[in-house]
Amino acid sequence: MPVPHDPNPKFSDYTHPERLVSTQWLADHLGAEGLVVVESDEDVLLYETGHIPGAVKIDWHLDLNDPVTRDYIDGEQFAKLMSAKGIKRDDTVVIYGDKSNWWAAYALWVFSLFGHPDVRLLDGGRAKWIAEDREITTDVPQPAPTDYPVGQREDAPIRAFKDDVLAHLGKPLIDVRSPQEYTGERTHMPDYPEEGALRGGHIPGAESVPWGRAAAEDGTFKPRPELETIYQQEKGLAPSDDVIAYCRIGERSSHTWFVLTHLLGFQNVRNYDGSWTEWGNAVRVPIVKGEEPGQVPPA
Amino acid sequence: MTPNDMHTEDLPPALAEIVEDFNALPVPERLQLLLQFAEDLPALPERYADHPELMEPVPECQSPVFLVSEVDGAGPGGVVHLFFSAPRESPTTRGFAGILQEGLEGLTTQQVLAVPDDLPNRLALAEAVSLLRLRGMSGMLGRIKRQVREKAAAA
Repeated sequence: MPVPHDPNPKFSDYTHPERLVSTQWLADHLGAEGLVVVESDEDVLLYETGHIPGAVKIDWHLDLNDPVTRDYIDGEQFAKLMSAKGIKRDDTVVIYGDKSNWWAAYALWVFSLFGHPDVRLLDGGRAKWIAEDREITTDVPQPAPTDYPVGQREDAPIRAFKDDVLAHLGKPLIDVRSPQEYTGERTHMPDYPEEGALRGGHIPGAESVPWGRAAAEDGTFKPRPELETIYQQEKGLAPSDDVIAYCRIGERSSHTWFVLTHLLGFQNVRNYDGSWTEWGNAVRVPIVKGEEPGQVPPA
Repeated sequence: MTPNDMHTEDLPPALAEIVEDFNALPVPERLQLLLQFAEDLPALPERYADHPELMEPVPECQSPVFLVSEVDGAGPGGVVHLFFSAPRESPTTRGFAGILQEGLEGLTTQQVLAVPDDLPNRLALAEAVSLLRLRGMSGMLGRIKRQVREKAAAA
């Protein structure tokens, strides 16, 4: 049974307010039948230092990525993971995490590949919960296994591969990395050289909108009018546009995918998870350096 | 992790013990041990707490971590002291720092420089935290060794 939505007026401005819950809503609903809280962080140990009572941990790297192929887990592995975490197909899943919900948004996007019906983000994530001095615990729940059905992973609607991006050149692309990565001055985020690439720059035609512009100081999503100003007025995108977002490995662009899809109601947004670690290492793909989106080369 | 990866005969005693401890535990408890190292990481002495610019950043880590080494005495017998700063919100990085601090503190220059570069891979943490994250520890070890080499040469 899905749990009621958060009626928070800030959320009701968004196209899909049912995809967000506030810290207060979560505090009020902890323990509700049909609600599972999931923590997903960049730092794999953060959950062990203390988490929201009853929350289970899902690690983007250890749980959601296939251990051999650079891909996500398949339907069978996902069903097994859900069962182990005590999640039923009709449960409401609320995901939260560190770094303004980067990895939480990434986990939500992967849940969406498997079509889990009701998956939401905690607005503000882990930092907001802790800043508000809400309860945390180191007790790890031992959920009873569930009978989660094995389904197909549906990549096509929300996931783009390198060939899709090549075919998409000329249509809207959003590069959500830092300005230095966009211009090609750096091939990696200031603190993340281990996922570097051989070439720097951006995909021809991509507009630069660093992911963090969608987040307020406290890690919550900005109100709708501010988001519209960035993506619709400043960048001229329309909700009917076919848009691909990318970053370095697809986690920051999951955050932007969430904003465009669920908050602004764009109907056709895909996340290119291969992102710069693939494009910047691929042979003979076009690259533009500098501050301008640049020209798409003739086919 | 296969037993072949876990050998300790070329490690100084404190590091050998840490490697053996990690390998003896089931995976979830390895995380708990790493967390213990994160919690036990000593606070910075005032001379560094007040002067963070004296410390070297480690960009291989996914979170802001800084380290500095001191070498007492010249030559291969000089004694190495290590200081780290990493935020509480980054327990994995703090844990790596804690392992290096406990494992290397008080060794001689020669002993520190002889620590094998594959040390992070021997901790049986790949399946607990992923290889990707372990690279941050390699970055710290590499920087410690470079600092110690430079300081020993300058002494």
